[in-house]
Amino acid sequence: MPYPPYMEESIRKLEASRQRRMKEEIPLISSDERDIIVRKYHPDYRETGKRKLLLGPNKDETMPEELANQLEGNSRVDPDKVDLSKIGYDVDVLIIGSGGAGLSAALLAQENGAKVLIATKLRLGDSNTIGAEGGTQAADRPNDSPVLHYLDTMGGGHFENVPELVWAMARDAPMAIKWLEDLGVNWDKETDGSMRELELAGECRRRVHSCKDYTGLEVMRVLRDEVRCRDNIDYIEFEPAIELIMDDEGQVAGAILVNLETNELSLVRAKAVIVATGGLGRLHTQGFPTTNHYGATADGLAMAYRVGCSLIYGDSIQYHPTGAVYPLQFVGILITENVRALGGQIINIDGEQVACNLEPRDILASFEIRECTERHKGITTPAGNVGVWEDIPLIDMIHGEGTIARRLPSLVHKFSRFNIDLIHEPVLVYPTLHYQNGGVRMDANSATEVPGLWVPGEVGGGVHGRNRLGGNATLDIYVFGRRAGREATRYAKEVKLGKLTLNHVRQWQKELEWLGIVKERPFSPMLLPNYARQPSDYLADLYTEKLQSGLVKLA
Amino acid sequence: MAEAEVAEKVRMLDIYIMEKHYQVPEGLTIQTALEYCGYRLIRGCGCRGGSCGACATVYNFTHDPTLRYGLACQTAVELDMCVVQIPCFPTAKPIYDIKKLRPTVDQVLGIYPDLATCFGCNNCTQSCPQDIEVMDFMSAALRGDFPAVTAESFECVMCGMCAARCPQGLSPYNIAMLIRRLHGRYLLPKSKHLEEKVKEIEEGKYDAEYEKLRSTPMEELRHIYDERWIEPK
Repeated sequence: MPYPPYMEESIRKLEASRQRRMKEEIPLISSDERDIIVRKYHPDYRETGKRKLLLGPNKDETMPEELANQLEGNSRVDPDKVDLSKIGYDVDVLIIGSGGAGLSAALLAQENGAKVLIATKLRLGDSNTIGAEGGTQAADRPNDSPVLHYLDTMGGGHFENVPELVWAMARDAPMAIKWLEDLGVNWDKETDGSMRELELAGECRRRVHSCKDYTGLEVMRVLRDEVRCRDNIDYIEFEPAIELIMDDEGQVAGAILVNLETNELSLVRAKAVIVATGGLGRLHTQGFPTTNHYGATADGLAMAYRVGCSLIYGDSIQYHPTGAVYPLQFVGILITENVRALGGQIINIDGEQVACNLEPRDILASFEIRECTERHKGITTPAGNVGVWEDIPLIDMIHGEGTIARRLPSLVHKFSRFNIDLIHEPVLVYPTLHYQNGGVRMDANSATEVPGLWVPGEVGGGVHGRNRLGGNATLDIYVFGRRAGREATRYAKEVKLGKLTLNHVRQWQKELEWLGIVKERPFSPMLLPNYARQPSDYLADLYTEKLQSGLVKLA
Repeated sequence: MAEAEVAEKVRMLDIYIMEKHYQVPEGLTIQTALEYCGYRLIRGCGCRGGSCGACATVYNFTHDPTLRYGLACQTAVELDMCVVQIPCFPTAKPIYDIKKLRPTVDQVLGIYPDLATCFGCNNCTQSCPQDIEVMDFMSAALRGDFPAVTAESFECVMCGMCAARCPQGLSPYNIAMLIRRLHGRYLLPKSKHLEEKVKEIEEGKYDAEYEKLRSTPMEELRHIYDERWIEPK
């Protein structure tokens, strides 16, 4: 589906200004100016679509409504109907989720002597990691240091990051890259072995490691293969957790899993539980499309909240500035930030730059929203979506012909299926829901406030402050996944589990009843979004007709 | 624009999901068409962005029985399309310790002895939704040209279609997986600057500098940040 003629007109203007723009340098705005534009245009600061939490550790804090509903959701299990003596799996470390964080944790736990079980909602490895294109930050070049990486990350996060977490991540970064190299990841390298590194927005050195634009896929393939090769790591696919199990000492001691195809429940007793369930893109906060995979439904946040973990920056969502807008099939999918790193500029309907292409994500997203709303300089698609151009062909003019094809093969391939030739044509972009900046509060080993529970990766919060830099998400998962795997195993060797209980679930439901909101809240975790056109009316709709997803109670 | 909008809304296509007839609006992918027809997907849906290989789909047309292969999230529905998803296909996954292997053909044949039985029918290449020259990398594997295997299989999403169509029961995507790992670990030159930096960090070279920044007042930290030197492109 090539661009319609009226959009081509705007492309002609973009082409006409290209020679001039190649030399045009728009300066980065200062950290004070950043605060102003973000407050005025970023979706995080909108009043609508949010509400205060009525119960739990973050009571009275404001959250996006979709997340608030999940956090305050009804349990899918009735504690009186679950026989806690029927243990299906008895392990040292249970890992819920199998993206980069979960599998890194599994490998480290196994190496340290734990018997490991991975329970995952989709196939082993299906996650946001696998779709990560850009790359992974690590300060390993001679003119770089973890301290500069720390400074960049703090600034990008508006200095609201938890410093100890940022340092843990920046410090461990080169070790994580080395670990993956030894496992057989094909990092982009020069012929002498030195890493070919990119500088993404908000970074003062080139430090992003990539595997073409298939970085997450390449790493995930390797981690998955390694997990399958190890003894003492079992995994169960299509079987997510729906509730954590505690013991009478207040420790997390396992989880209840559900077979998505048969609805059968299984009980896992575990000395330590690592929740690595990722983020919440499929909640579509503020009505945005998302880059996230099918299972990103905040399951871990809901389960951890119910056992008493608090969230930090739960209201802070990253809207990636370059989500596709056209063709319709691609709405919301990610155009990797490497395009900007290679020189791709953001252009309005008249062929003018919207802002410096190397502004951090939240800043550029805010500029784009201003351009398309207040300034009316966006381009509207036939389906009514609005966006601005990202000038990809400029990359070949800057770096030489063939660069786009060589460095962005995945992107070029995807669009060619719809007759859009990104080597010669720009792509239309607008902010898309990409990442949860905050998450469950944790320490530098990803341990939560509740004993027995770790939260590495996107489900954990504090590392990125209120805005994450490109290349720090995949880094976060390897670093904190490894730390959590190691620490959870050390803990599992010492802990004595008490009697298993679901009293926290009983207590939770009592509070919902007392507040009179049982019927207004969905069951959570959501598990999967419901995009089926007809409502699933063959499932028992126990409470209200308003609920669009997660209708079924499982026990 | 209004006309285009109307046109998009009205044109309905006849399609067949597992031989059952449905009508869907033009402009959907196979994946969103399934959802439009009322399917709530469990298997056969993953990243929804063409990276994970969960949604491998076989299709043909009422007027043309030739089989075609695509990812449901990346393939537009067309008139008279007949689709069946293959979300899982049984293959053997050998166990090995990558740290104990060497990057040689003998080692690969030791793990995948049937590799030598490939007779070049090219079914694998024709079945790849990523348009990878699968048969080419299989012969490169037998020649021991591991850089070629790595380069040619790099877009593999491991959907399993090549294995599903191999008359010899081979699993080309698993074979390429092993070879890419051997290539990344043994054949790519090691990064010296990475090793040096790891050593420096483990020796605590940067700890003091971090402690200093950690105790710097916020206003000063913001100033240091705004003034930091940014490496030119």
